Formats: sequence, structure tokens, C-alpha cells
Amino acid sequence: MIRRSVLSLTAAVTLSLGFSLPVVAQDDFIIVQSTTSTQNSGLFDHILPIFRAATGIEVRVVAVGTGQAIRNAANGDGDVLFVHSKPSEEAFVKNGDGVRRFDVMYNDFVIVGPPADPADVTGMSDVVNALKQIAAAEAPFASRGDDSGTNKAELRLWAEAGIDASAASGEWYRETGSGMGATLNTGTAMGAYIMTDRATWIAFGNKGDYQIAVEGDPKMFNQYGIILVNPEKHPNVKADAGQAFVDWVLSDEGQAAIAGYQQDGQQLFFPNADS
Amino acid sequence: MTGFGSILAQALGLIASGDAALMEIIGLSLRVTLSAVALSCLIGLPLGAAVGAFRFPGRTALCVVLNALMGLPPVVVGLLVYLMLSAAGPLGPLALLYTPSAMVIAQTVLVTPIVAALTRQVVEDLNQEYDEQFKSLGVTGAGRVSALLWDARFSLLTVALAGFGRAVAEVGAVIIVGGNINHVTRVMTTTIALETSKGNLELALALGVVLLGIAVTVNAAVMGLRASAVRSAYA
Repeated sequence: MIRRSVLSLTAAVTLSLGFSLPVVAQDDFIIVQSTTSTQNSGLFDHILPIFRAATGIEVRVVAVGTGQAIRNAANGDGDVLFVHSKPSEEAFVKNGDGVRRFDVMYNDFVIVGPPADPADVTGMSDVVNALKQIAAAEAPFASRGDDSGTNKAELRLWAEAGIDASAASGEWYRETGSGMGATLNTGTAMGAYIMTDRATWIAFGNKGDYQIAVEGDPKMFNQYGIILVNPEKHPNVKADAGQAFVDWVLSDEGQAAIAGYQQDGQQLFFPNADS
Repeated sequence: MTGFGSILAQALGLIASGDAALMEIIGLSLRVTLSAVALSCLIGLPLGAAVGAFRFPGRTALCVVLNALMGLPPVVVGLLVYLMLSAAGPLGPLALLYTPSAMVIAQTVLVTPIVAALTRQVVEDLNQEYDEQFKSLGVTGAGRVSALLWDARFSLLTVALAGFGRAVAEVGAVIIVGGNINHVTRVMTTTIALETSKGNLELALALGVVLLGIAVTVNAAVMGLRASAVRSAYA
């Protein structure tokens, strides 16, 4: 008797805990696969409430690296893709996983470094030459190494410098295989140069004595794009609500919301949707 | 980097402030983890007890597998559950991905082997002790399993707590299947990971202290229940 009551109590607890979790009506929210830079910088916390107030649609953001975000979206696990690696985004659309890609906004990458500046690159604005100097000095350089948008941009710059950095992997070139924040935590602790998007850097709370060493090269331009996941290929996609979000982000109102987001008095993202 | 004293003060301040967002996160952590532990016990206790009480072919192999599964990496569990629940996966139509239910499922997969393997050991030891009595009284099958589970109940509370400890502390599985979505699937461990990646190390550590406090509270509550149950059982 007691045994039975223990069992039914366990079952009751399980049911009440496990299945009374808040269930939101299915159509009230969309899932956006996006990157850590947009989330960690606080941009989404700024613009999503404005979007919700305008449309009533809740946006749930899954913030991972661009590579993982694209793979998740290609599985149909998301309604909108909002990332920053144009070649991969175009491939995503070409594969039929996305409807169409739009430019949304940009910021830029910077290379941050320790005050000792072992490769003597501080103040440079030519990123390719800066990377050459870092390689020649064999100064530590921490790479994301995680197939993210920032990682892909960094690899393109190494290729342009004609340096096979991966050959020095484990020596001066150190691939953390982690997100931007984790790589900044690791890299600053080991005195390495790190390439990061400016928004994440400004919002980052553990800068130590690090400063921006290299900035201002047009090659470090960082373009963000938005794509509705293709409802024809992935029938579970909430096409109407997803399209509403894409339209809003590209609208004057959405672009103004992006431009209005500041941290430490600096604008982090610059809207550049085709009007 | 500030000292541990100020981190402890920050942790206490976080709790004292009763911050709504933090309370929501703590509440979800507890609901997800306690649900997963309850489900794991529903599956793992009878399973472990059956393996502990009976002899059958392949039993040793099963014990090895159960023990080995205690070491399942949370990230691997997260990926497996993601592949099952993904829109492209076999359970995609249930639309459970990125919900608390997905996190409960992942933690249940993670914790059930721990509950089953430890239960097996506890019950096996007790079964040797009781074997002659069972034989003389002619107790077999389910009767034997339930009698063993009942008499081992106080040891099994510790088994459940081991499962709770594993589930409440893991981040690898819930961050993949939950997505760490603010106000939906954000729990203590994923918040700590997020604040670490934002470089807010003191806040992350303070949240870690809060998480430890939750674990201590749950353990103290269970041990208190156990003590009063023992008193009434032997009074």
C-alpha cells in the first residue's frame, strides 16, 4: 500500500513537473538561428522587444557560431537565419534551404593584443601585413577554430597573407575551438593576439589590459545577412511570422532600432539594408 | 579579478535581491532537473533492481554497459537528443526541440544509467542478504524486486541525489537541445556559460555559488526527509 502510494506520488510529481511546463501557443513565436556576437553584444535584447511591441511575435534566439547556426537551419530547426558569413549564406540559399538573402547591417573586425605588442603591430591598419608580422614574430595568435563567421573571415585573411597558419597550430597559432567570448578569455590569458568583431569586444567584460591593435582595414568589414528558412523544403517553418521578422529588420523602423543600439556611447552595428 | 569574498557577497546579493529574471532561471533549473531525476528513477530503479535481483544470460555484459553509460559525456547526449528531436530527425514532428521538455529528455538519458547502475549494486548486495528468506517464503519475480527496492529505500535516496547532482550541474546537453533561449530554456548552467563568454567572470562565479546553494538546499531537504522517515520507520 505504502509502496503503491510512493510510486503514484513519484508519477504525480513527474507529471506535474515535466508536463506543466509553460506551453506557449505555437504561432506566437519564431526561432532565429543566430550568432554569439549579436546576442553577447546585447543587440537582440535591444531590438527584439521593439519588434514584439510592433507585431506581438516573440523571437527566440539560439545563439551559436555561424557554422552551427547554418547547419541547424539546414535541418529545419529554425524559421530565420541571421548570421555573418556571406559565402556560406549564399550556399545555404543555393541549396534550397533559404528563400533569399538580404544584407542587414555591418560592423568590423579588429585585432586585439597585449600591451607588450610582441609583433609590433599596434596602430596598423593593413591587416594582411599585420598578420605577416605576427607570423614572422611567431607571436601567439588565438583563433576561434570553430568554423564560425569570424573564424572563416580570419582564415580568408591568412590565405590572403599567404601564410599557412594551421601548420603552426599548437605552436604560436592556437585554435581554441570555442566561441568568441571563450576565445577572448583564453587568448587574453595567454598573451595572444585575437581577431574579434568590434561589438563583442566593446561589450566584453574581461578585457584586462588588452587594447585594439589593428583596425580600419576595409578587408575587416563584417557583413550580417538575414534569410527566411525555405518553407517549401522545411514545412514546419513558420513562414508568415518569419517573413514578418525579416521584413521588419529590413524596414526603416528595424534599421533605426539597430542603429540606435549603443554601448559605452558607441554604436555597435550599422544598418545597410537596401531600401 | 576580485577576491572570493566579494564574489560570495555578490552571490548573496543576487539571491537577496529576488531578481525576477534570476528566480525564473532558478525555477526552470529545478523543474527541469527534478523532472529528469523523477523520470530517471521511474525507469532506473526497477531496471537496476531487476538486474541486481536476478540471474540471466548476458547479465554481466548488461552491468558493464550500465556502468559505462554512467560516463556518457553530456555533449554527446545533447547531440543524440538533438538529432532525434530535430525537424530533420525521427521525432521532429513533436516540435520539442528548444523547449524545456527537450532538456528533461536529455537529462533523463544522462541520469537514468547512473540511477540504474547504482541501484543495481545496492539491490544486489541486499539480495544476497535476503536470498534465503525470499526462498523460504517463496517470494519471486516482481515481489522480490519491490521488496528489495522498499528495504533499500534510504540508500536509494542517495542514488537519486547522485543523479540530481549530475543533472543540475551539466551544461553540455541542455545548451544544445534547449538553445539557451532567454525566458524559455535558460537555466543556471547555461547562464553561467553565457556570462563567462561575455567576460563577466565575477557574475558567472557568483551564479555558480548560487547553484551550489541550490544543490545544498535540495540535498539538505532530502536528507531531512530521510532522517524523519527513518525515525518513524524504527520508532
